[in-house]
Amino acid sequence: MNRREFITLAGVGGVVFASSLRRGALASSLGSRSEDFYFVQLSDTHWGFDGPSINPDSQGTLKKAVAAVNGLDQQPDFVVFTGDLTHTTDNAQTRRDRMAQFKDIVGQLKAPRTYFMAGEHDASLDRGEAFQQFFGKLTYTFDHKGVHFVVLDNVSDPQGIIGDSQVSWLQSDLKKFKHDHPIVVLTHRPLFDLYPQWDWTTPDGTNVINQLLPFQHVTVFYGHIHQEHHFKTAHIEHHAAKSLMFPLPAPGSVPKRAPVAWDSAAPYRGLGFRDVEAEVRNTRYDLKEIGISKS
Amino acid sequence: MSNRWWIIAICSLTLTALLCVIATRTKGATELVVHVTAKKFEFSPAEITAKKGEPLILEIQAEDVKHGFSLADFKVRQDLKPGAVTRVRLTPDKAGKFTFACDVFCGSGHEDMSGVLTVTE
Repeated sequence: MNRREFITLAGVGGVVFASSLRRGALASSLGSRSEDFYFVQLSDTHWGFDGPSINPDSQGTLKKAVAAVNGLDQQPDFVVFTGDLTHTTDNAQTRRDRMAQFKDIVGQLKAPRTYFMAGEHDASLDRGEAFQQFFGKLTYTFDHKGVHFVVLDNVSDPQGIIGDSQVSWLQSDLKKFKHDHPIVVLTHRPLFDLYPQWDWTTPDGTNVINQLLPFQHVTVFYGHIHQEHHFKTAHIEHHAAKSLMFPLPAPGSVPKRAPVAWDSAAPYRGLGFRDVEAEVRNTRYDLKEIGISKS
Repeated sequence: MSNRWWIIAICSLTLTALLCVIATRTKGATELVVHVTAKKFEFSPAEITAKKGEPLILEIQAEDVKHGFSLADFKVRQDLKPGAVTRVRLTPDKAGKFTFACDVFCGSGHEDMSGVLTVTE
């Protein structure tokens, strides 16, 4: 079974989203260094959440996702977790216990590398102290096959403020690259005003976007809103991923941002993860939304 | 002083006094003050009604930890420090129902901490 066949079988209505802004970007910038690769985005796993009417398989959904990723006949180059790895708690020891349990579970992933980002549930109550003990820095960069990845922290401040020092750090980092270099930003909250009424925004996200605007090929992958969402600020694409614990309603569609109740007729509906494929030869990225199946 | 000047003086004083009363009543009638408490994970009251074009003052007391008050549709936000009363002043310029929420992460249940401001015509 190849990757595409797997996606067809595993997906509960898998969706392919072709990122048109990618067209031509990778091949032209990377030249002979270009090479196809793909990674997987998992988000908002909320390990420790307990709500049978919301997700009666709260102990099993993440494990199913790990098994699904491991079931790929070709492993992704890496896996990213875009925040809210654990569900928040006021108890510092329980927070650490949840992080340890989460780390054990995702430690089963076969992918050669795993990158973690914090969500507000992980980091807002202790300014990221426990998160850093278990998963490392809140902000960092890495490079993969010519693409520069930047991990931003918009959660350790309880209001979600990125702050001037982090923006300066980003500015210094980006100075190392030409404006046609592909940039991928990984973060938790939307950097733009998706729906501020539900706090689906980053108060100073504009400062980050302004730093990114000179770059021709920028894509942002984030979580927080527990649903697939695609948006552009100028030429910058922003893609939100589904949760692996509970879906949230579409922005502003209901009075409250309460989790969507479990539907026994369609279990795991609205949950899933994302395959991001850099098809360098065809000069495009494909995003594939992959659902969770019962088995 | 002639009778004429006495009449003018009395009329002026009367008019000034009348205007003061009207101003006070106008202020009292149109400036709505609402006391609100904020605590994990609710605002109380969570439903507030105001009139379009008339000043609204929210006196919000955070009772436990730091919270935030965000009324995005009117671009109003304030930090709510525990133990202090924070005054939020606005004059709604549009009618409808508008969500306000805590925008300082305060724990499990933070996402439930919201309310509705109803602005009538």
